[in-house]
Amino acid sequence: MTFLGMPTAPRGVGQLRQREPFPDAAASALGDRQLRRNLGHATAVIRAKRAAAVAEVADWAELRAAGAAIKDDVLAHLDRYLVQLEAQVTAQGGTVHWAGDANEANQIVTGLIRATGQTEVVKVKSMATQEIGLNEALADAGITATETDLAELIVQLGHDRPSHILVPAIHRNRSQIRDIFTREMPDAPAGLSDEPADLAAAARAHLRRKFLAATVAISGANFAIAETGTLAVVESEGNGRMCLTLPRTLITVMGIEKILPAWRDLEVFLQLLPRSSTAERMNPYTSMWTGATEGQDFHLVLLATGRTATLADPAGRAALRCIRCSACLNVCPVYERTGGHAYGSVYPGPIGAVLSPQLTGVTDNPDLPFASTLCGACYEVCPVAIDIPSMLVHLRSRVVDDKRAHHHGAAEAAAMRGLAWTMSDSRRWTWALRAGHAGRLFGRRYGRIRRLPGPLAAWTGSRDLPRPPAQTFRDWWARRARDTS
Amino acid sequence: MTSREEILRRIRAATADISSPPEVPRRYQMAGGATGRTDDGLVDRFAERASDYRATVRRCPAADAAQVIAGAVAARGTRRIGVPPDFPAEWSALLPGAVPDDPPLEVAALDGLDGVVTTCAVAIAETGTIVLDAGPGQGRRAFTLVPDYHLAVVRTGQIVATVPDAVAALDPARPLTWISGPSATSDIELTRVEGVHGPRTLDIVIVAD
Repeated sequence: MTFLGMPTAPRGVGQLRQREPFPDAAASALGDRQLRRNLGHATAVIRAKRAAAVAEVADWAELRAAGAAIKDDVLAHLDRYLVQLEAQVTAQGGTVHWAGDANEANQIVTGLIRATGQTEVVKVKSMATQEIGLNEALADAGITATETDLAELIVQLGHDRPSHILVPAIHRNRSQIRDIFTREMPDAPAGLSDEPADLAAAARAHLRRKFLAATVAISGANFAIAETGTLAVVESEGNGRMCLTLPRTLITVMGIEKILPAWRDLEVFLQLLPRSSTAERMNPYTSMWTGATEGQDFHLVLLATGRTATLADPAGRAALRCIRCSACLNVCPVYERTGGHAYGSVYPGPIGAVLSPQLTGVTDNPDLPFASTLCGACYEVCPVAIDIPSMLVHLRSRVVDDKRAHHHGAAEAAAMRGLAWTMSDSRRWTWALRAGHAGRLFGRRYGRIRRLPGPLAAWTGSRDLPRPPAQTFRDWWARRARDTS
Repeated sequence: MTSREEILRRIRAATADISSPPEVPRRYQMAGGATGRTDDGLVDRFAERASDYRATVRRCPAADAAQVIAGAVAARGTRRIGVPPDFPAEWSALLPGAVPDDPPLEVAALDGLDGVVTTCAVAIAETGTIVLDAGPGQGRRAFTLVPDYHLAVVRTGQIVATVPDAVAALDPARPLTWISGPSATSDIELTRVEGVHGPRTLDIVIVAD
């Protein structure tokens, strides 16, 4: 299925695509015991905290239903709300820019920074700008962007890639972070300990001068209110406040799906988001501003890349409800073991497995819809009730259709046709099951078949096969009927 | 065709099949309108939940406010304390090292302060949050951000029960800062640690209306 006239996110820019097949990337991640320990610890901590933070809210189910419906309304009338937002922001002295794809967004932001004459900018953590590879585009234009979120700083100093939506350095433990700071931060205090409080203090000292001197900042947005033109950024550390408040020029890059229709809708999302993401009653800081504030020059860049292609699929568009809380990552048995890098995209985990292939088109992320056990834990914790398991199944069928259209996966398709022929006749099927006995030649040592011979090895490359039983059910049933008669 | 027109055209084409989206079911708890002026339980809850974030909370009758505020500031060992325009004079009367932010201090001067005192616009009992809207006595946004210590004075009549109550009470046209405890991070092993870029110490004084 393709959606005519709906371009997907462009290739060659940004970070949305798998770099190697998911099973290969997952296999090497699974071999990293330190990584598995770090992830296992962090996700267990946050799962317990989130469960407690949600259990405290008597009307959680009602808030979740409202959150889902508000987002569906946004998607249904996105054109109207965007025009309304633009009018409000403009009326309050801001400038609105429309970017059809990642390249256009990067060009707009680069042009706005060049107009200020600056070559250094500070940044608040933003998934949208990571998705479009803004930092790389700015570097090509001779502009240095400094990430100010602690985890982003750890990733940037470690020449690493983010592996989680909320906590991009979740794959690092405290002593690894101490080592990165000691190695990469020229002003790191001598004898820095691996106490989180000391590490945070080192980051504070390192970034302080940059904040106080910055004249241009780039942010994302958690919410934009169409009715009033108000933008909201939800954060913890105060680096967001520093970037949003101190510089003279503020450039906010926002995916078009981040809109909420009315001011009062925040009463739902400011309850759903903090409890789902950091598992707190409320995050330390939330900033809201409307248009050009306190003498600033304010630019809002609306980013459509890949969104309209996602919006066009009735069975996939609900992925755009996502508020980037990352609760689904923390409960996912696959994510917990492989970590975020295995997914290739800046959006890992269950939501990434449905969002990334839709933004890029399934041709470029064909493994991700299969990177799931369909256990349903992600759906259960999603604060906007995205039915990720059903969407994964839908996207698997799109992947198969896509492969068929491109004449890939011919071996699997031939095998399935053969199976259909066999299973459509009871005698053929009984014969085939008996033939399966031959499989007992394998797996004698472990009780499971770990590697099939020849081309069948592709199947066992990423899974074990149960050893066939000594007797088929059909044979047992027939014998039982004879014995009792 | 401009990017704007092209994006809007694509959105309309993509959503053409949606006939009528569902009504938004608002069966959650809505704004109720109670405040801490009449409901002592709200004041208790706000104090308890703000303390959970390691903010230090004090309560006092209006007559003692100046003394309690000065005592809290002194206990932190702060000397140069910024005071925003229109901060009630009767509350700052006993502050020895008061530095008025009028005319507004440069960022470097703000950085040289030991801390600031402000009022607030609204406080939320359920989440232990205070909200500043740059109104009288609250200062501009940078004022409560750059210095390392913030003391916020909350009147009991400003304490509302829930997040919906706060949203209903606030004006989106004003710059808003929602504050729940001192600055913190969960970026190291997903464990909350206080003290990153914003004020590392937050004191709250609740004054009975």
